[in-house]
Amino acid sequence: MSNVVILCELKNGELVKQSLSAVKAGIDAAKATSGKSFLLVIGSGIDKAKEAAARFGADGVIAVDDASLAGYTAEAYASAAFEAIKTQSAGLVLATTSAFSKDLLPRLAVKLKAGMVSDILSIRTDGGKVSGFTRAMWAGSMIADVEASSEVVVATVRGTAFAHAEPVAAASPVTPVSVKIDQSTLRAKSLEIIEHKSSRPQLADASVVVSGGRGLKGPEGFKTIEQLADLFGAAIGASRAAVDAGWVPNDLQVGQTGKIVAPNLYIAVGISGAIQHLAGMKDSKTIVAINKDPDAPIFQIADYGLVADFAKAVPELVDEIKKVK
Amino acid sequence: MKILVTVKRVSDPEAKLKIKPDGSWIQTEGVKFVVNPFDEIAVEEALRIKEKQTGEVVVVSIGDKVVTEQIRAALAMGGDRGIFVNYTGAYDSYDIANILQKIVEQEKPDVIVLGKQAVDDDMGAAGFMLAELLGYPQAAFASKVEITDDKKKARVTREIDGGLEVKEVELPCIITADLRLNTPRYASLPNIMKAKQKPIKEVTVDALGVAVKPRVTVKKLTEPPKRKGGVKVESVQDLVTKLKNEAKVI
Ligand SMILES: Cc1cc2nc3c(=O)[nH]c(=O)nc-3n(C[C@H](O)[C@H](O)[C@H](O)COP(=O)(O)OP(=O)(O)OC[C@H]3O[C@@H](n4cnc5c(N)ncnc54)[C@H](O)[C@@H]3O)c2cc1C
Ligand SMILES: Cc1cc2nc3c(=O)[nH]c(=O)nc-3n(C[C@H](O)[C@H](O)[C@H](O)COP(=O)(O)OP(=O)(O)OC[C@H]3O[C@@H](n4cnc5c(N)ncnc54)[C@H](O)[C@@H]3O)c2cc1C
Repeated sequence: MSNVVILCELKNGELVKQSLSAVKAGIDAAKATSGKSFLLVIGSGIDKAKEAAARFGADGVIAVDDASLAGYTAEAYASAAFEAIKTQSAGLVLATTSAFSKDLLPRLAVKLKAGMVSDILSIRTDGGKVSGFTRAMWAGSMIADVEASSEVVVATVRGTAFAHAEPVAAASPVTPVSVKIDQSTLRAKSLEIIEHKSSRPQLADASVVVSGGRGLKGPEGFKTIEQLADLFGAAIGASRAAVDAGWVPNDLQVGQTGKIVAPNLYIAVGISGAIQHLAGMKDSKTIVAINKDPDAPIFQIADYGLVADFAKAVPELVDEIKKVK
Repeated sequence: MKILVTVKRVSDPEAKLKIKPDGSWIQTEGVKFVVNPFDEIAVEEALRIKEKQTGEVVVVSIGDKVVTEQIRAALAMGGDRGIFVNYTGAYDSYDIANILQKIVEQEKPDVIVLGKQAVDDDMGAAGFMLAELLGYPQAAFASKVEITDDKKKARVTREIDGGLEVKEVELPCIITADLRLNTPRYASLPNIMKAKQKPIKEVTVDALGVAVKPRVTVKKLTEPPKRKGGVKVESVQDLVTKLKNEAKVI
């Protein structure tokens, strides 16, 4: 028997929805191994998150709520998480893959002397124990079966590979753990967060994503596909080439080294379909590609391919969809 | 200012890869190997810091003899000297961090720059594990690095979900490079020639006192099911009809 701790990500004191993938993975793994599952929330003034975390049927919520944890740094949060996890005999520590967990979990793994496995796609259990994981390597061209030999294992969980945990009727008990971080010992300080204000959904949350690539020729091209995105309440994504060119913010990059998405509908416009891009979207339910080159590799995986110049096709598409919607 | 930078030898991102018949790893025969693209960015940043601050750039790679090619490539970009940690066998990110910890304790660099992830295994863990082992602060996913005038801190703009963060870390520190940090320079022919004369020190993991014991091992590789392509539509109207009636997404 080993317990599972799931570290939840908070934003402005509230639970980030993507965390629910790790919550689901962790609660299921605990059940399969007759262990207990605990959700861990860390921050300052996080009553809302504590309440929210208590609704998913975990055996408990561990809350580290202290003024010294206002504002995230990996240094402070790794210490806080470690103190909290020590109170449980955790064999597995999980968090959904994100900039937050990628920054934090390797540090935490060292504190726990744990092996670290990134961006897992599945958890295998055998005879009441977690026996392995699968994860993608080489830009998703290979799936690796991975085993961990350490007593504690820390893993990030690919959001698109696990369903979100569903709320249940009974609330989990919340146990506070008191941790005070002496900021002066950290030698690290967050000076500023520069948020990209956008009325669109986050890439990870969106059920429709409209992405643009180098073929859009410039930021004006993105204006064109935004009209398409508006019809669906979609998130905007981009290829690396479009981001490198500075046409859209960096965090819109979809792919191996950007965001991994699997929406209900993914529309790729002016994107050739390099393996690094496909790594970030090929599990989408329906893929539409618009590209003027009939031989573009994106057509090999698209459900519906339209060979056309986007500048003509996209406005037409917007009009046609409006007619039938 | 001394800057330590790591380079991992990885298969060319463009390479078509095949799995060994026993599934244990990829076939490496005939595959081109390069410096991990994120490490190239890390080398470039190390050079830029050196050019502003004066000092030295030390390049480290871990693996068997062939990784000296990647050290040479970084020296040709402008690195001053190399450290080749001779180790053949499987390792995980924790092992890499353990090895690098020993190197850092010997070299005492002010800044350590690594790639945010190795593009072969996409683990993205070694740098932050190293930071924790050393008790150093970290600035992950850097897109801009400034050393403060007093040379005591680095002010790093880093890529986070939904925007950017400016984080200040005291030196010595760990920085991991993201894609938009810089564009790595090409090594000129004269610099490639010069790099051949630059010193590379060879050390073994035994000499460093590190026992490599991967906590995480790859047992088997398989290819994921291929997604089947669909159809090319004739027109925008045709596309809309199919999206409405077949895919039912409108
Ligand atoms: C280490 C590393 C990591 C990487 N990570 C990522 C990643 O995470 N995500 C990612 O996307 N890429 C990534 N890449 C880059 C990737 O290899 C490709 O270079 C990139 O995806 C290409 O972007 P693109 O398709 O927009 O551009 P291109 O390959 O140049 O394709 C542009 C396409 O637009 C089409 N086009 C041109 N004009 C029009 C028009 N008027 N109408 C319609 N179509 C038109 C062209 O036919 C072409 O197919 C990475 C590369 C490396 C080396
Ligand atoms: C040729 C080869 C064969 C392998 N065979 C196996 C095998 O059969 N079974 C198995 O389980 N594992 C094997 N591995 C190891 C394993 O797949 C990963 O490399 C391991 O998980 C470590 O991840 P990482 O630290 O490189 O990744 P990351 O944490 O993503 O690396 C981050 C950064 O750390 C630095 N770094 C990482 N590694 C090195 C290095 N060697 N030298 C210098 N800097 C480095 C780089 O700056 C890199 O950008 C093999 C590795 C190689 C290179």
